[in-house]
Amino acid sequence: MTALDSAAPTTTTSTLDLAGVSRWYGNVVAVNDVSMTLGPGVTGLLGPNGAGKTTLLHMMAGFLAPSRGQVTLDGRPTWRNPDVYRWLGLVSEREAVHTFLTAYEFVLATAKLHKLPDPQAAARRAVALVELEGAQDRRIGTYSKGMRQRARVAAALVHDPQVLLLDEPFNGMDPRQRLHMMELLHSLGDAGRTILFSSHILEEVEQVSGTVQVMVAGRLAASGDFRTIRRLMTNRPHVFAVRSTDDRALAVALMAEPSVTGVELGRDGLTVRAGDYGAFTRMLPKVALARGVRVRQLVPEDESLESVFSYLVEA
Amino acid sequence: MSTVSWITARGLFGRRRFLLLLPLPVLLVALAAISRGMGVSPSDWGPPVLIGLGLAVVLPVVALIVGTGVLGAEIDDGTVAHVLTTPLPRWQIVLPKLAVAAGVTAVTVAVPMFAAGLLADSVRLGLALAAASSVGALAYSALFVAVSLLTRRPVLLGLVYVLIWEGLLGNVITGTRVLSIQHYVIALADRIAPTNLLETTVSVPLAVVMTTLVSVGFTLLAIDRLRSFSMAGETS
Repeated sequence: MTALDSAAPTTTTSTLDLAGVSRWYGNVVAVNDVSMTLGPGVTGLLGPNGAGKTTLLHMMAGFLAPSRGQVTLDGRPTWRNPDVYRWLGLVSEREAVHTFLTAYEFVLATAKLHKLPDPQAAARRAVALVELEGAQDRRIGTYSKGMRQRARVAAALVHDPQVLLLDEPFNGMDPRQRLHMMELLHSLGDAGRTILFSSHILEEVEQVSGTVQVMVAGRLAASGDFRTIRRLMTNRPHVFAVRSTDDRALAVALMAEPSVTGVELGRDGLTVRAGDYGAFTRMLPKVALARGVRVRQLVPEDESLESVFSYLVEA
Repeated sequence: MSTVSWITARGLFGRRRFLLLLPLPVLLVALAAISRGMGVSPSDWGPPVLIGLGLAVVLPVVALIVGTGVLGAEIDDGTVAHVLTTPLPRWQIVLPKLAVAAGVTAVTVAVPMFAAGLLADSVRLGLALAAASSVGALAYSALFVAVSLLTRRPVLLGLVYVLIWEGLLGNVITGTRVLSIQHYVIALADRIAPTNLLETTVSVPLAVVMTTLVSVGFTLLAIDRLRSFSMAGETS
């Protein structure tokens, strides 16, 4: 992995600190009293769309003034302080690139803007880091979405920042690119960099072993080790809509199962509440077969991310 | 050439809107050449072509297209973030962009203005118009670069200023000319090459002072607004 040799271990690490940060637009509160400290390693910022992740990231990156509270990078405020970009890199969600430049030109220009001592070497290193050497002399306008994203990551990494913020970095990437990006983020995190990426997709964060901050409706709903949060998520009650040839007989049989916490018999079939997703879905066909009931339909209800996250808030 | 001005220039010439710059100067020279060729007296065609078209339309509209193109277009498509996530002091971003805007506008306008002035009267008038237009290009550019940071609709606001304030009110209520870059340019050009073709009620000292104030003031405003640049999030 090229990322490993290029991201040399650093002696200094940086901490991004949010103290009681809120942001509102008129009457709408986008971010509500969020406090967190981000240190070395990879952190996932997880939350449904509209939870305020982008607003929070923009405040972290100094592109939005907090209405209340303060964001500091090693004690320096990020708002109205371009100096912090010596240590901070941002990959924003908007797929905005100078399509008329080649990836190498683009990254080189960024290196020059940072006034790096050897911009050519830095640009080559950053382009190699995201494995874009093969296409580096083609105009970015000809790139796929994933390649553009990698070009922007290369530009954000060209000055080897201590802190890297990425807003929905896996959007539009194919599984291989996604895996590679994960590895890149991990190697950077292992090298002592502070990496934060946002996502609204559980499975993306799942592949990150680090800590997770969960945002729901502008608030920090949960934070900590991903496995703990994942357990909370998998153990939450699941609701299924079931239709069969004999709903009443199936309902009786299901009530005897430990994984089922409730059954409701309705006109259009059963509404089943189960505590364990895996156990229930494995058990249902066996139970139905034993009773000679044919299951016509099994639809998980209430699987929207919003409900998952709001469950977390209550937990 | 600084990296900021290099990217700015490439962005400007790489966009299709740049082609909008061509027709107006061509029209200006063509009208002047036709009038001259048909033997119309310069006192008849001079004021409408030189002022009415040249200084009242070509100069501000070209400045508007270029001035909002160097920064407003990057804000519009989000690419401005790449320049802003660097530790460059914000004046090192605004000044190169302003220089590109003023330079491109000056060249695009001064050349046809020189030709039109030459056809109307003399080399001296041509040079006066070219010089005054270049000064005006700087003032307009500073204004439109600053407007790009004050509103998400810089072209609309710029057009309102050029068409309503300078174009309409400036002709009806002479008092508004004190705040009209167009009249500073006329006053300056008339001072360099006195003819009876250019007339304004604005005095030369006022024009000099106001042009300086506009250029410096809006540049400082733009630098300050860029320090507080906010990215539009999902909520806006």
